Amino acid sequence: MLKAFQQRRWPLVIVWVLIIAAIVAAPAVVSGFGLNLLGRFLSLSIVALGIDLIWGFTGLLSLGQGIFFALGGYAAAMYLQLNSSSDEPNGIPEFFGLYGVDQLPGFWQPFHSPWFTLIAIWLIPALLAALLGNLVFRNRIKGVYFSILTQAALLVFFNFFNGQQKLINGTNGLKTDVTELFGQQVGSALMQRGFFWLTAVMVILAWLAVRWVVRGRFGEVLIAIRDDEPRLRFAGYNPTLFKTIVFAMAGGLAGIGGALYTVQSGIVSPQYMTVPFSIDMVIWVAVGGRGTLIGAILGALVINLARSQISTFWPEGWLFILGGLFILVVTALPEGVVGWWQAGGPRNLLTRLGVARRIGTYPRLEMDGKEEVQS
Amino acid sequence: MTTALLELRQISVSFDGFMALRDLNLSLQPGELRAVIGPNGAGKTTFLDVITGKLRPTAGDVLFKGRSLLNKPEHRIARLGIGRKFQSPRVFENLTVEENLALAVSHPKRPWPLLSAGLSAVERDRIAHLMGIVSLQQRAHQVAGSLSHGQKQWLEIAMLVGQSPDLLLVDEPVAGLTDEETDLTADLLKSLVGDHTVLVIDHDMEFIRRLESQVSVLHQGHVLCEGSMDQIQSDPRVIEVYLGRNEEAA
Repeated sequence: MLKAFQQRRWPLVIVWVLIIAAIVAAPAVVSGFGLNLLGRFLSLSIVALGIDLIWGFTGLLSLGQGIFFALGGYAAAMYLQLNSSSDEPNGIPEFFGLYGVDQLPGFWQPFHSPWFTLIAIWLIPALLAALLGNLVFRNRIKGVYFSILTQAALLVFFNFFNGQQKLINGTNGLKTDVTELFGQQVGSALMQRGFFWLTAVMVILAWLAVRWVVRGRFGEVLIAIRDDEPRLRFAGYNPTLFKTIVFAMAGGLAGIGGALYTVQSGIVSPQYMTVPFSIDMVIWVAVGGRGTLIGAILGALVINLARSQISTFWPEGWLFILGGLFILVVTALPEGVVGWWQAGGPRNLLTRLGVARRIGTYPRLEMDGKEEVQS
Repeated sequence: MTTALLELRQISVSFDGFMALRDLNLSLQPGELRAVIGPNGAGKTTFLDVITGKLRPTAGDVLFKGRSLLNKPEHRIARLGIGRKFQSPRVFENLTVEENLALAVSHPKRPWPLLSAGLSAVERDRIAHLMGIVSLQQRAHQVAGSLSHGQKQWLEIAMLVGQSPDLLLVDEPVAGLTDEETDLTADLLKSLVGDHTVLVIDHDMEFIRRLESQVSVLHQGHVLCEGSMDQIQSDPRVIEVYLGRNEEAA
């Protein structure tokens, strides 16, 4: 185990050094717009970390993470709207006037408080995930049925938010870029730079938190749930409880990612709860590598960067590339790019191409040991 | 009569009208080794499902240490001290041998303590001891999915023992094992008796004979007869069930 760890540690260290160097250097090198994009994609990698926790380690494929992502975004946007609407008629956000609403709906009230909002951003999605998850898990709904239920829940939330103009501005969503925070416009270069740093720090904190959960004995139980959940019950564990906890945690992470994404994209709308977007989230993790935390981060970052670059000169091509990537991962790289790398993929490829020499030992001797939890 | 560790009273299980178990009565004394045999479809696995909470009986009651097990979820029954080994070996394939055993041995089984707690020295010793019993020390850091069939069977038995249950339910532990492994498994199970109560289900007659235990014969969801292996084999009803009508099950 130790040997495997030492052998595989150096690429991981290099990747982290590169990531941190990129983050530190980014504001100096990249334009304001580029920095903003990078910050948004970093927020998405927080969501991806949560998906890796529930899917990569625990085997729960959720197609509804958009719910929690959007809820975090709405919580942040509601506070910002309230914080900037003291000059508006009735002292409530401008859009209410369009629908003849002159009284702030009750559920908006607590979002006057910045502290409440900071907690609500992760706690509301986490509690909702715990509730939804527990109902599903205690009835022992598993596998594809779980995935379908999460997608159905996503549609319910999408339709609800889309239709409620008088409560939450419906399909138009809530804008944040023209709102104010600390006396500065949220969309200003200064604030955006601040959000970029905040996001970068949150990615690292989220990675540390998820790593702490999946390493050690709690993580072993998660893998056991993925391998054979009924068997685990007979060993005295209650899988429902473990699954509820990690699903809530992934929900909370999605909420944090959603809030950070919202303030950097300038708007939150029901579009964050569309079916394709939540499926995209799963693809980032699949391509990056399930069960490898760094793979989830890189998958979210690289795929979204590629999308933004390719879409500028070949807009209709992106979906073909994404589809092709997905087929490649499903057929050739089931462990994702990082998983393939860690399993010695590059060397095997070079050997096959005749560039590197075959190793003379028993083929998979170095693979026999247990893989360290890759993170 | 001493109080039984496990008592099944008038258990019936019906699947859409098909009676998998019919008025089944059975009791086990503490420290006993009991074998249950029966032709295919006699209800052997159903009977374990009822005890471990996987299946709720249509009628009847299951008492363990005098308390009813009905309506208790599987993990609570397991924590009360009932361990189960499945017919085909079920180990956690992506965990190492050591981690598989750690899951079984672990005293905290609730999420919060597991987040921060490492293995205690006592737990570590137990894991090492268990690996010694089933000769898997060399494989401690190998993932269980890479073990041979026999090694998986043994790992699962070790996990079962590691749970330190009062009652061990062992379903066909020697299916697919070599003769030598079968003998070792029989010795292993016999060595557990006394500290534990063991119930073994199998239809390998030679293996059951080696256990030198009381035998209950299950037939069509009902206990046909009980007694030593010699008594069983000379019982005309058993001969009829096994040889008269059901050649392939013998």
